[in-house]
Amino acid sequence: MDTFTVLDLLDLDLIEHDALELKCFAGRPGLTREITVPDLNRPGLALAGFLDKFAYNRIQVFGRGETAFLDKLHYENNIEAIKKMFTYPIPCCVFSHELTPHEEFIQTAEEAGVPLLQTTLATADFSSRVIRALESVFASQKVVHASLVEVFGIGILIMGDSGVGKSETALELIERGHRLICDDAVEIRCVSGNILMGSAFNAVTSHHMEIRGLGIINVAHLFGVGAIRDKKQVQLVVHLENWDNGKAYDRLGSADEKEEILGVHVPSLYVPIKPGRNNAILIEVAAMVERLKKMGYHSAKEFDQNVLDWLESENARALYFQKEDKF
Amino acid sequence: MIEREVTIKNRAGIHARPAALIVKVANGYSSDIFMEKNGNKINAKSIMGIITLGAAYNTTLSIVAEGEDEKDAVDAIVHLFENRFEEE
Repeated sequence: MDTFTVLDLLDLDLIEHDALELKCFAGRPGLTREITVPDLNRPGLALAGFLDKFAYNRIQVFGRGETAFLDKLHYENNIEAIKKMFTYPIPCCVFSHELTPHEEFIQTAEEAGVPLLQTTLATADFSSRVIRALESVFASQKVVHASLVEVFGIGILIMGDSGVGKSETALELIERGHRLICDDAVEIRCVSGNILMGSAFNAVTSHHMEIRGLGIINVAHLFGVGAIRDKKQVQLVVHLENWDNGKAYDRLGSADEKEEILGVHVPSLYVPIKPGRNNAILIEVAAMVERLKKMGYHSAKEFDQNVLDWLESENARALYFQKEDKF
Repeated sequence: MIEREVTIKNRAGIHARPAALIVKVANGYSSDIFMEKNGNKINAKSIMGIITLGAAYNTTLSIVAEGEDEKDAVDAIVHLFENRFEEE
């Protein structure tokens, strides 16, 4: 991952209940400072002069309490603790409720090259939002060569060798009214430890596809805004591969294979390609099967159970009739 | 597995035409060929993937190939970079 600076934090494109409402009011040259941990610190103890285990590498958040304490220090003409705190390489200080510290504090911060930011949010609200945002920035990430589509609400990652027909399959799914998240280079992030969020690796090229024989097409323009989506959880992995006569494919669908991506186990399928097999319809059905499974109905297992029940009853009848014959 | 570093020497960086050229050359080899930038690895046989890397002038990339003809594949792709994709 590239380094994540305070400027990147200000530039994060977050909207509505994710917005951080941040602005920088002093120490601009320090905006290039790097944020290395997805965590916050309330610097109350540091301001009181206790600097053991001071978590200086985190974003320092000043709420109403801390700011009032700064004012008290100012009236007492006691800024030693502040000067001491700024000897540490702090990435940035954030004041909630749009609070502004006194001039001396600003000067000390600017001398130390620490940027000072303000948010209109309350401290608790800002804390939860910024931690959520940083978690996604620092989440483990990888780029896979695949297409990500949403089919009947299920995020499906279509994987396979180059030229096997991933893009063509995705195109047919879009044609059938499903949505494209991204083709070719999909960035997958592991969010909150068990969710795989897929999005375009590069926003500039997202919603474009390269189709052999046609060239590069813009899906949003051709199929409308209803055919695209910015991100989607990866809930099923479908591997397309050329039909191999020597390979045993799953015929029952009761195997429930899983595949590991970034430490998360995702259901996966291997679908062989052959002329006469319609990949888009196969994937649509796979999506519906997956939805049914999530609702607790497992087609393959249910079928198996029905067969078992029937065999049992048939056996019982045969046994009964045999007894009858003897009489 | 063979890995070689290259620097992009044509002014425009890797836009659509150079990307198409790389894919054309890469598809001539059976090896798996990847391009890597900042730890992100993409398949060199995919045009959109390569463009997505956002490889501008003077960026350094590594070309990785694995397979029977890995050496020839890497040589051929490095040759494209050294030739500036027949551009300025």
